[in-house]
Amino acid sequence: MSTPTTFLTEEMRQQAIGLEGPPVTTEIEKGAIIKFAQAIEDDNPVFNDEEAARKSQYGGLIAPPTFLRSVRSSRREVPFDIPYNNALDGGSDWEYFEPVRPGDLITTVSRINDMQERSGRMGVMIITTTVTTYTNQFDQVVATQTTTGIRY
Amino acid sequence: MAEQVYWEDVSEGMELPPMVKNPTTQQLVRYAGASGDFYQIHYDKDFAQGNQLDGVILHGALKNAFLGQFMTGWMGPSGALKRLACQYRGMDFPGDAITAKGKVLRAYKSEGQNLVDCEIWLENPEGQKTTPGSATVALPSR
Repeated sequence: MSTPTTFLTEEMRQQAIGLEGPPVTTEIEKGAIIKFAQAIEDDNPVFNDEEAARKSQYGGLIAPPTFLRSVRSSRREVPFDIPYNNALDGGSDWEYFEPVRPGDLITTVSRINDMQERSGRMGVMIITTTVTTYTNQFDQVVATQTTTGIRY
Repeated sequence: MAEQVYWEDVSEGMELPPMVKNPTTQQLVRYAGASGDFYQIHYDKDFAQGNQLDGVILHGALKNAFLGQFMTGWMGPSGALKRLACQYRGMDFPGDAITAKGKVLRAYKSEGQNLVDCEIWLENPEGQKTTPGSATVALPSR
């Protein structure tokens, strides 16, 4: 595959920035929360044990902070092909406002906030910053996550 | 229940008790299933090596989860996590121990809450900070 030494134009950036995927709603299952806590090997009772969690400040089981990463969101494809097939996750920045509980209906909306080109060790990289907003059935924003995706 | 850390116990510059994780290839598969992230660089060695990697690597989001565990564990049952951020600067491999560490940068009151900003990171066995980050928690007062 050819690897162009520069790719992203200002026009492409402007096409990409602000693109928002359609909202996706997911019902949060208790079993999914517990499986997630087990997979990351976090034995905190508020994430694993309903009976113990009832005595906590939350009055019941809640999801671990990064559980929302497992909730599906839909991203709008940019209207051009990025000629780099490898992908890496650059980082994540969460803000938390409300706990996530079993039975919650969480709606996600993902929006492209920025797109940049940089040259690094692995050649040209396209860096996309996406903000995902997670809202529950009471119209409360429970969390936002800003992620950095790298294509190279 | 875990011990509770109180606002009065915290001082700027204080170190958080380290937490050690021992990720295995099995944990990467379990995390793939639990999170829905089935990108093959996390469980298929041939695929990973075909993508300029030495072998399968930890999901960035799994390292994010370790830092979440580190902070929610430290803040105790009456604390609240407000913010959790990290950057995936270096790759981490199953079979290598990972240590979460942190220190208190600032303790302050805002809108009636006792907030603590921390610098946090994950270290590989060579002591390199593969995953630097930051977090803010609200703590109860005695």
